[in-house]
Amino acid sequence: MLLTRAFDEKALLLQRQGRLGTYAVSRGQEAAQIGSALALKNDDWVVPSFREQGVFIALGYPLHQLYQYWGWDERGMNIPKKFSILPITIPVSAQIPHAVGIAYALKLRNEKKVVACYFGDGGTSKGDFHEGLNMAGVWALPVVFICQNNQWAISVSRKKQSASKTLAQKAISYGFEGIQVDGNDVFGIYKVVSEAVKKARSGKGPSLIECFTYRIGDHTTSDDASRYRSKKEVESWIKKDPIERLRKYMKKKEMWTKMYEKQLKKKIGKQVKEAVERFEKIPKQNPEEMFRYVYAEMPWFLKEEMRDI
Amino acid sequence: MPVMNMVNALNLALRQEMKKDNSVVVLGEDVGINGGVFRVTDGLLKLYGKKRVIDTPLAESGIIGASIGMAINGLRPVAEIQFSGFMYSTFDQIISHASRIRNRSRGRYSCPVVIRTPYSGGIKALEHHSESMEALYTHIPGIKVVIPSTPADAKGLLISAIRDPDPVIFLEPKRIYRAVKEYVQENEYIIPIGKARLVREGNQVSIICWGAMVRECERAVLQSGIDAEIIDLRSLKPFDVDLIIESVKKTRRVVVVHEAPKTNGFGAEIIATINENALLYLDAPPIRVTGFDSVIPLGKLEDVYLPNVERINKALQKVVSF
Ligand SMILES: Cc1ncc(C[n+]2csc(CCOP(=O)(O)OP(=O)(O)O)c2C)c(N)n1
Ligand SMILES: [Mg+2]
Repeated sequence: MLLTRAFDEKALLLQRQGRLGTYAVSRGQEAAQIGSALALKNDDWVVPSFREQGVFIALGYPLHQLYQYWGWDERGMNIPKKFSILPITIPVSAQIPHAVGIAYALKLRNEKKVVACYFGDGGTSKGDFHEGLNMAGVWALPVVFICQNNQWAISVSRKKQSASKTLAQKAISYGFEGIQVDGNDVFGIYKVVSEAVKKARSGKGPSLIECFTYRIGDHTTSDDASRYRSKKEVESWIKKDPIERLRKYMKKKEMWTKMYEKQLKKKIGKQVKEAVERFEKIPKQNPEEMFRYVYAEMPWFLKEEMRDI
Repeated sequence: MPVMNMVNALNLALRQEMKKDNSVVVLGEDVGINGGVFRVTDGLLKLYGKKRVIDTPLAESGIIGASIGMAINGLRPVAEIQFSGFMYSTFDQIISHASRIRNRSRGRYSCPVVIRTPYSGGIKALEHHSESMEALYTHIPGIKVVIPSTPADAKGLLISAIRDPDPVIFLEPKRIYRAVKEYVQENEYIIPIGKARLVREGNQVSIICWGAMVRECERAVLQSGIDAEIIDLRSLKPFDVDLIIESVKKTRRVVVVHEAPKTNGFGAEIIATINENALLYLDAPPIRVTGFDSVIPLGKLEDVYLPNVERINKALQKVVSF
């Protein structure tokens, strides 16, 4: 969680210096992201939306590649072979039916793997959410739908997004279980997601988990959240910061010592620094790359256009 | 006359039309309290209230479908789709419904909807935020397609679009949202849909372009020293066939410039129309300067993808020296 926070802070800095493009921080959502990702096995599938750096980081995704992607370089989403994660999805909820299809293939082949599919509160309003969850219910697929309800979809509040009392209850209409969980409680998330994963793995179908959390930062670096929400609201959620909460708990259990903190900070600082250094050393992409992945085999017109650049 | 950029000009058009006509409503994601992510609808909520300035749930197909219903039932919705890359889930509503309700009901119902959406590249935006897919819309019977390239045009064209009895897709080149400021008349005025703008008169070659490419073409012509005529289409459907043919008959040479991919881009339609109407006047084969038939790359390679002064100049030299 601390690594994700440090990664985000560095990203903001790089963005301000013009070294990264528009960036969506995850501040406040680290428990939901890391707690859920840790409940998965290495070869389970992960289908993310666009704010899930915590998930990528928990899975061990190369940090420099994340910077690379947000630094306008497609190669950042050239997923290393050992991960079963899809590239981040920007069109909201389009990834949900993909998760369903991946799960269908798992079921067809009798593989004991599950799919974790991430989206936001705003994402529950899209048709793809309905279509995807409905299919997953009908086919009893091994998917865990993880909704990070961070209370905002840019400037649209949770209330304006849906008249449902909870987002979790939407699962009822698709015929499977929906659970609302405190999204800032990393242990709670871990437990609930673990159970849903176990259920999915044993062929008992999908679940929807609503992590009740908060987007402390602006929507992205292009956004100014002070236009639409009060400082007071933000401050009240800063008090519930998931990282602080975990720290307090660990202190109480005497697991968090000065020494531990010092070592951890040092380790994280080094990881982020090395990631930035690696990111900055990446050689430029050859413009021809832009033609190479359009089709498996390059048709005549692309060959012609490539000669033109 | 105040000086303003395209965002302000569009905003002014919306303010004036909403004031003049109670049936005009604005809807979309973040258009209310946030004033739109590009601020085109800024201040409207305060002026006209949340019944007429509607922050919708995140649901593009719903936004357009609901707009169609509103239009059928007497409102004049101006829907905003936050980025043109999120238009695609609205295609069923646009192609099967907005464009056809007049025809299906033999004129009983109509669909005076405006769909505004920022499109095109050049600002190093995120994935799915930089495409130019204008040609897709021009293929749909019953849909009009408008693209402004200056603040003053943006205002007059948007007012025309709102008053138009049929669905209009209004594509806003976001790269030039704030790039140019110019005098824009404060009073309301319209620029008719279907009339192109003669940007520059010339005799050696006709350049046909729209959106953010108009400025690139102007720059290219200045640099090249070629006496080119530049036509900014302003509206792609219907497009100003008369002005194009008149120009081509005079210059006898054609270059079409667009940032959309080449294959089936709107340049193909223009050149086919020129061939049908003025083939024997041509002294050289027409040339297209376009984006490539690949996915528009992220910021690091975006400049290589987009037509620029250098590529336009090369085409001008080629067509003139043919
Ligand atoms: C289909 C679609 N429409 C609009 C957008 C623009 N957009 C990007 S994020 C966002 C809000 C998403 O809210 P939510 O699903 O709650 O996720 P969060 O940003 O809170 O993580 C919007 C409207 C988009 N990316 N995709
Ligand atoms: Mg949200």
